[in-house]
Amino acid sequence: MQAPLPPVPPPQTVPPAAIARTIVDARNVTLTYQTADKPVYALSDVSLKINKGDFISLIGPSGCGKTTLMRTIADLEQPTSGEIIVNGMTPEAARLKRAYGYVFQAPALYPWRSVERNVTLPLEIMGMPAAERQQRARDHLEMVGLAGFEKKFPWQLSGGMQQRVSIARALAFEPDLLLMDEPFGALDEITRDHLNLQLTRLWLQTQKTCIFVTHSIAEAVFLSTRIVVMSPRPGKILDVIDCEQHLPRERTLDIRETPEFAHIAQRVREGLMEGHSYDD
Amino acid sequence: MSKTTRSEMAPWPLVMLIAAPLPLGLLDGAAIYWPQAPAVALCYAVSLLCLLLRGLTRTPRTEAALLFLGVASACLSPFLLLADGVDPSSGAGTWMYLFGASLLLWRVLALLAEETGLLRWLGPTLFGLGLLMGWEIITRGFAVPSVLLPPPSSILAAIPTHGGELWDDFCQTVLKSVVRGYLIGCGAGFVVAVLADRLPFLARGLLPLGNLASAIPVVGIAPVMVMWFGFDWQSKAAVIVIMTFFPMLINTLAGLATAEKIQLDLMRSYGAGYGKTLWLLRLPCALPFLFNGLKINSTLALIGAIVAEFFGTPVVGMGFRISTEVARMNLDVVWATITVAAVTGSALYGGLALAERRLTAWHPSFRKR
Repeated sequence: MQAPLPPVPPPQTVPPAAIARTIVDARNVTLTYQTADKPVYALSDVSLKINKGDFISLIGPSGCGKTTLMRTIADLEQPTSGEIIVNGMTPEAARLKRAYGYVFQAPALYPWRSVERNVTLPLEIMGMPAAERQQRARDHLEMVGLAGFEKKFPWQLSGGMQQRVSIARALAFEPDLLLMDEPFGALDEITRDHLNLQLTRLWLQTQKTCIFVTHSIAEAVFLSTRIVVMSPRPGKILDVIDCEQHLPRERTLDIRETPEFAHIAQRVREGLMEGHSYDD
Repeated sequence: MSKTTRSEMAPWPLVMLIAAPLPLGLLDGAAIYWPQAPAVALCYAVSLLCLLLRGLTRTPRTEAALLFLGVASACLSPFLLLADGVDPSSGAGTWMYLFGASLLLWRVLALLAEETGLLRWLGPTLFGLGLLMGWEIITRGFAVPSVLLPPPSSILAAIPTHGGELWDDFCQTVLKSVVRGYLIGCGAGFVVAVLADRLPFLARGLLPLGNLASAIPVVGIAPVMVMWFGFDWQSKAAVIVIMTFFPMLINTLAGLATAEKIQLDLMRSYGAGYGKTLWLLRLPCALPFLFNGLKINSTLALIGAIVAEFFGTPVVGMGFRISTEVARMNLDVVWATITVAAVTGSALYGGLALAERRLTAWHPSFRKR
């Protein structure tokens, strides 16, 4: 997929071994919003290391800061204190180098652009030549199973197809890191299963690092190599579960019936209940 | 189009039967009836025959064509009477016949409303022609003084006879004043809005001024502009700039604010700067608002130019023509000028609406087409 590049000397500040392995390194990240009456602690002392090739799910109840953590990694929010390193750089430098593709909760497609031109949008911004852009768009639309829909407009597609276009768009400029914020949250169960399956294949095929925010325990267990369980008020990490010890990397929908799957799901549920205060 | 969906016709057009015993009008002070005007009686017979034969038609289209023949012959009758020197104004029979015919036209239009493709324009066209025909028949039938309201035919006749003047007026008012004023006003409104969007203090300072400016009456500002910029097109363009600047500014500002946060975040995640975000996201989002401003301004500009010409102009221009020809009682020229202005305004608006439909076909309000 990638042409062999001449070796680039790594930045001086970080040892080379760390770059090869750790792609996101969050250290003691705290984020506080000042609202009118009282400060809101969205993230409290969050530390997390994400390795290259990982599929990390952030799971937790609403308002636990999982989206905020991801937006902080993407430099869409600034932490109040603590430090994040993405690909060996600050999040801002990583963003300007287009180190990550972000898939939002809604497809956020531009209705005045055809499906193909939505996918080429980031490539246009990067200044890629037109012919290459088109080829990239076609390849990635095919990858998400939308070959033949290039000339359609987003509003002529179903919700699931729109979300797949937005995934193709995030993949099109071939970032190392894919950030997905509840991308299938608004879809029905069947479509969701289907897209989960496609996504895990895509991840194996492209060797990307994925960070995935979800509400669904089954989705998290099915997709992830590691699951990060978070709790609200203040948002912090309760548990990090390693799924790779129990489940194979290559997965089919059947594994959801295995005892290992049920076991991990149970652990996630326990973690969530522990962090969740039902008394208010 | 299936023939089974044709709706039943209400029997109202049959009111034209009431016309049979009534007089058609006065000839030399004496009332005349149908037998004395055989040509008109023939028209009447044709109309009634069309009504009767309606049941034999198989499609809405043929029924519409047949009934239209009935309407057309009814429209012919008052002109036949006038040609024979008959005064139809007191002829109850004539007017009852025409009333029945207009109800018949209603039926024709209802039948044509189902049409698609090129024929769908037939209904609106006939509607417009029907209104003009009504105007013509009433003004001529009742001999309305042309100072009050000339019939459309004499307005139409005035256009070629005064063609030279009308063209000069058109050049002066539209091509010189309106086009330049409109481009400067809309362009400045747009540019300032983009700046104000970048510099919030500018927006906060300008928006209250915008309300103030929209309350300025054009008749108040026009004489001042004539004093500032002289009699020629410059003063008219200045009035237009004042009238069009703020609508464009306000619409552009509103349009630039319509991009959603998630779409802006997306551009940010691509590391797109201000310029690329503006060009690739915010301006396309603003397009419906930009067109709204442009359309409002297209009519404002024409009004502004014509009104401003009342306050001083070289001896040419639509406003000048209207004000001088009214004083000379040449109302057909006045109406011809009004017609040219109306057609110009509609063409500007229509052109913009077409461009809007092409450029914002993605917008929910156009998607279904």
